[in-house]
Amino acid sequence: MRRKHIRKIKRILGLYIPLSAFLFFALFPFYWMLISSFKANPELYNLQAKRLLVKEPTLEQFKELFDKTAILRWLWNSFFVSFLTSLISLALGIMAGYALARLKFPGAQTFGLATFITYLVPTTLLFIPLASVVRSFGLSNTLWSLVVTYPTFLIPFCTWMLIAYFKSIPKDMEECAMIDGCNRIGAMVRIVLPMAIPGIVFSGMFSFTLSWNEFVYALTFISDTTHKTMSVAVPTELIRGDAYFWGELMAASLLGSVPVALLYSFFMDYFVSGLTAGALKG
Amino acid sequence: MRSVGWRERLPARPWLNRFIKHEALTGYTLISPGLFFMLLLLAYPFLLAVSISLSDRVLGEPGKFIWIGNFTKLLQDTFFLQTVRNSFIYTISTVSLKLLLGLILAVLLNHEFPYRNLVRGALLLPWIVPTSLSVLTWLWMFDSLFSIINYVLLGLGLISKKIPWLGNPFWAMVSVIIVNTWRGVPFFAVSILAGLMTIPRELYEASEVDGARGFRKFWHITLPLLQPVIAVVVLFSTIWTFADFQIVYILTHGGPLNATQIFATMAYDVALVAGRIGEGSAISLFLFPALLVVIILMLRYLRRD
Repeated sequence: MRRKHIRKIKRILGLYIPLSAFLFFALFPFYWMLISSFKANPELYNLQAKRLLVKEPTLEQFKELFDKTAILRWLWNSFFVSFLTSLISLALGIMAGYALARLKFPGAQTFGLATFITYLVPTTLLFIPLASVVRSFGLSNTLWSLVVTYPTFLIPFCTWMLIAYFKSIPKDMEECAMIDGCNRIGAMVRIVLPMAIPGIVFSGMFSFTLSWNEFVYALTFISDTTHKTMSVAVPTELIRGDAYFWGELMAASLLGSVPVALLYSFFMDYFVSGLTAGALKG
Repeated sequence: MRSVGWRERLPARPWLNRFIKHEALTGYTLISPGLFFMLLLLAYPFLLAVSISLSDRVLGEPGKFIWIGNFTKLLQDTFFLQTVRNSFIYTISTVSLKLLLGLILAVLLNHEFPYRNLVRGALLLPWIVPTSLSVLTWLWMFDSLFSIINYVLLGLGLISKKIPWLGNPFWAMVSVIIVNTWRGVPFFAVSILAGLMTIPRELYEASEVDGARGFRKFWHITLPLLQPVIAVVVLFSTIWTFADFQIVYILTHGGPLNATQIFATMAYDVALVAGRIGEGSAISLFLFPALLVVIILMLRYLRRD
């Protein structure tokens, strides 16, 4: 009886308390974002109120946001760019990933290595010359500047992730199909792709998230209000000079965060398995 | 079994089959679109970055070739030297914090407890949500007048006067370090957790027979086996933190008094705000040696496996 008690106390001290501390640290900013966006200004800026709670929940900040800013446009821009770039990168990543996982050809290893290295290249290394490349294509200030440049970090990511997935699929299956008269591409499309769906879903989803969250390129290439994406529009358009409208800012941040959070909660299982597979292959 | 079906669906196209049979040709065809993207938008811009950094180009003017003038000028610039120092402080402290907390969190998450998946998902949120938006929330939490952190700490009696989070050089650095750590711990935890789950239980059981307990087990079995995962995660995080932009740009914009200026934010300010593109490009390129070191270490590590 006593030993059981001690075990329980040990578990609380050693597991539940530290875990709660981590949860608190991780989630408090989101809680604060959430409740700030449902308060009206008088309550938001009242230092005497019970600030950790909402007394009179209101949609005022959201209304203000939809009436006075281009928020719907920014959300659409983010969606458009993220969807298109993940699709492009996934298609090219599947092709390159399959080639590197299965086919033998001179230079394959070098290309695989280059893919890995480019995956490590941070966007802040090249944003200045890329701005002039984008300008010379005549794409400055358009969403296409992002559609063209985001694949530079998404293709290496997808390729690298999918190589690992394709390699984990036994070769016999496609060899059988090829003996039966299927060609290489047919075998890839009919046999390998269906089996790699978890990896493909994960890579696509994560590419979507990476595009949705991208900041440096979007900040550098686009200055027109109507062509901004959420991640850049909220911190640049909603802060006017020195005036911070915190209620609106938090409401907009919430709207920009919810799509990725939702996407990710739907595909949570794919996500964790993909992430752990990726981390191990690393 | 199903082979008949394929034959029926695939009419003989000898020229196509001959083409596809050449494995090398298929390989090159499959990688060429990706390769094209990378050459056009990574390799070429990199060469462009080098050539711009060797010129005194400013916005709207082509500038002339000045050899390594930008680099020598920067190395004598006290602002830039402070940026170098800040970048190292920022990277070293956040990466060690993220590793320490990530390791602890991974070990905690490796236990069985109710709602484990939900908890794991919730803990990943800081890493998933758009950084610029979550950092805005932190900006609001650090607000000089309305800081909720100060409100809570004062209320609990843990501090006696407000902490000037973003207001003085020391606390500004502390703030950006806290936020970067907050954002990065989930990545460390999940990767290390994946490594932890591959360690066979028998190893622990064997060591228990030999009398090893708690921390000694962790030190002598867990840590050595986690070394490859830890190395990869640390290298990844080092280069990304070194080249970080958003957290500093939104929280402090490099201030106060340049106290939190790091490479990327300074490059942005010099090239795009002040318009000295040549010099800004040179600042960006200072990230390259760091990248090179990480690549070399990473390749050495991966090759050993």
